[in-house]
Amino acid sequence: MQHSKTQDTLVGLFVATGIAALFYMALQVSNLGTYSSNDSYTVTARFQNSGGLKVKSPVSVAGVRIGRVSSITLDKASHEAVVQMRIESQYDNLPEDSGASIYTAGLLGEQYISIDPGASDDYLKDKSQIDITSSAIVLEEMIGKFMMNKAEGK
Amino acid sequence: MLEFLESLGKITRHSFAKLGRATFFLLHALTGMREILPRPNLLIKQLYSIGVLSFLIITISGLFVGMVLGLQGFNILSDFGAEESLGVMVAASLVRELGPVVSALLFAGRAGSALTAEIGLMKATEQLSGMEMMAVDPINRIISPRFLAGFLSMPLLAALFSAIGVMGGHLVGVGMLGVDDGAFWAQMQANIDFREDIVNGIIKSVVFGFVVSWIALFEGYDAIPTSEGVSRATTRTVVNSAFSVLGLDFILTALMFGDI
Amino acid sequence: MPNSESATNHIVSVKNLSFSRGSRKIFDDISLDIQRGKVTAIMGPSGTGKTTLLKLIGGQLYPDAGEIWVDDQNVHRLKTRDLYSLRKRMGMLFQSGALLTDMNVYDNVAFPLREHTHLPESMIRTLVLMKLHAVGLRGARHLMPNELSGGMARRVALARAIALDPMMIMYDEPFTGQDPISMGALVHLIKSLNTTLRLTSIIVSHDVQETAAIADYIYVLSDGKIVGHGTPTQLAQSDSAWVQQFMNGDADGPVHFHYPARDYLDDLLTSRHS
Ligand SMILES: Nc1ncnc2c1ncn2[C@@H]1O[C@H](COP(=O)(O)OP(=O)(O)O)[C@@H](O)[C@H]1O
Ligand SMILES: [Mg+2]
Repeated sequence: MQHSKTQDTLVGLFVATGIAALFYMALQVSNLGTYSSNDSYTVTARFQNSGGLKVKSPVSVAGVRIGRVSSITLDKASHEAVVQMRIESQYDNLPEDSGASIYTAGLLGEQYISIDPGASDDYLKDKSQIDITSSAIVLEEMIGKFMMNKAEGK
Repeated sequence: MLEFLESLGKITRHSFAKLGRATFFLLHALTGMREILPRPNLLIKQLYSIGVLSFLIITISGLFVGMVLGLQGFNILSDFGAEESLGVMVAASLVRELGPVVSALLFAGRAGSALTAEIGLMKATEQLSGMEMMAVDPINRIISPRFLAGFLSMPLLAALFSAIGVMGGHLVGVGMLGVDDGAFWAQMQANIDFREDIVNGIIKSVVFGFVVSWIALFEGYDAIPTSEGVSRATTRTVVNSAFSVLGLDFILTALMFGDI
Repeated sequence: MPNSESATNHIVSVKNLSFSRGSRKIFDDISLDIQRGKVTAIMGPSGTGKTTLLKLIGGQLYPDAGEIWVDDQNVHRLKTRDLYSLRKRMGMLFQSGALLTDMNVYDNVAFPLREHTHLPESMIRTLVLMKLHAVGLRGARHLMPNELSGGMARRVALARAIALDPMMIMYDEPFTGQDPISMGALVHLIKSLNTTLRLTSIIVSHDVQETAAIADYIYVLSDGKIVGHGTPTQLAQSDSAWVQQFMNGDADGPVHFHYPARDYLDDLLTSRHS
């Protein structure tokens, strides 16, 4: 069978661009390029109310994502939500007395954990716990309180 | 009433017979793949006519679909002040659904119909019989390389479609509508998961490539060897592929992303 | 096992063969033998099942009853592998030529060699050019099948059929639709290949003149039966009116192909008198 060189070249080009597209999808489009579970450490925080937080919700400092929520469980004794988050190990200098709050991105957006860095010289390590937390703000609760205040006030 | 039942029974019987033939055909074609490994030229030739010749339609369609997604997405998201999420929206739609599904439908129309017509005409002009008489198994020699080429080309074409689509969305969203470049990519990367989204999308396109190639080749091989028979078989390839791709997409989506 | 006499003389033996398509009986208990080294013709009007018979001999179709032996092997009892190795030794020339349309003439002739041998490309080239030379088309090796005339396509197919030096070739309607010159060329080619390559040839045809000119022995088929057989001379002197009419090809003759001969004769006689 005669096989032309151009045909070989075009097939090679096709396969190469196809594989390049797969890599592009993996590295540029997905989180594979920015996040890998190997080099990360886990910290825990307890919240009165974890609201709409989900596994994989972002964890950020000053708006920059540094990790993700890895599990959300209920502490049966205290009835608190125990949230574990994996933080990329390149961010290894978060002060021990940092605080964690659950915020919502935009009015209807996803909920995420924001970490406010503290002032301590000791840093959070693997299995550390963040003690200062503020829970998710639930919209209905807020509206309820607002109405109450209005009614009581004037 | 009786006649209705009778014709229903007949249709059922024919469908089962056809399914049986298609299954044997598939097994035969799969065992025939052994013979391709020592002869990569057979595969190269088919990768050319199946993959390379579908390249253009896939990339152009991908670009336009991505651009439309960028435009529509921007209109909806800007109402909620969430334009930064445009990247996620474009990429998620492409990676999870539009990439695998639309490229499989285009593939069925471009490569699938050509395969059916080619095999059907080979049958009608006795080329397949002729091969059998030359002691060459036509399924191993003709069908298996085409099957493998279709199966390999589909994920590559789907990835191309999605990648070009994301670029198209970027072109419209960032280039023309002024969405912030950093936010576009950062939001996308933060929300598109490699395992959940990209790998599942690839699995979908592998399944679609398998099914569309199977349908196209079997319809050609099973065609009535006349001009009319081949033309009907070609139509059946496109229709049956579309049904199978859309139906399987629902099932796969439910298994992968849904809580059903 | 057949005895040694038939083993040497009969390359193909069809024994009590019956075959039906749907409810239609194509062959009803026919038997025939094909002599080694001879040109044997199987003749009959269109639609009698001549092509079907060749496909049965090649093992592409299964008989309802009866056996077909080729070179002392029962074709329909062979395992796929053995059937394939038997087929390598039988060439078949399809009515349409059945050339592979995506390859040129050279690659078509090289196809069986490349599929079944591990010969180096230089050797394949020599063999292909020899076979193409034998059919007079060495100069056409770069043409694609769609650039060939019907007669040329059939000659290329013939070169391909002899590529593996088979023991026999089956020709399906080799003369149909040929102009007088290609016809003459083909008649000559079939005869000369048979002698020079020491082949056995089976020609299926309804072209009486050309076939009778080169056949050593002829079987005449009609309505699923063999209605006559013998050498061309014997058949020419046959006392069967049916065979007479077929061999002479009288268009306005008394016998019509679709009905049993006697009814037709009667019919004819009545119509002549009226
Ligand atoms: N694939 C098929 N399916 C059903 N009937 C067929 C098929 N091939 C041939 N036949 C029928 O078998 C009969 C014999 O066909 P064939 O062997 O081609 O005749 P011939 O070669 O003598 O003209 C014809 O009546 C034809 O209609
Ligand atoms: Mg015929």
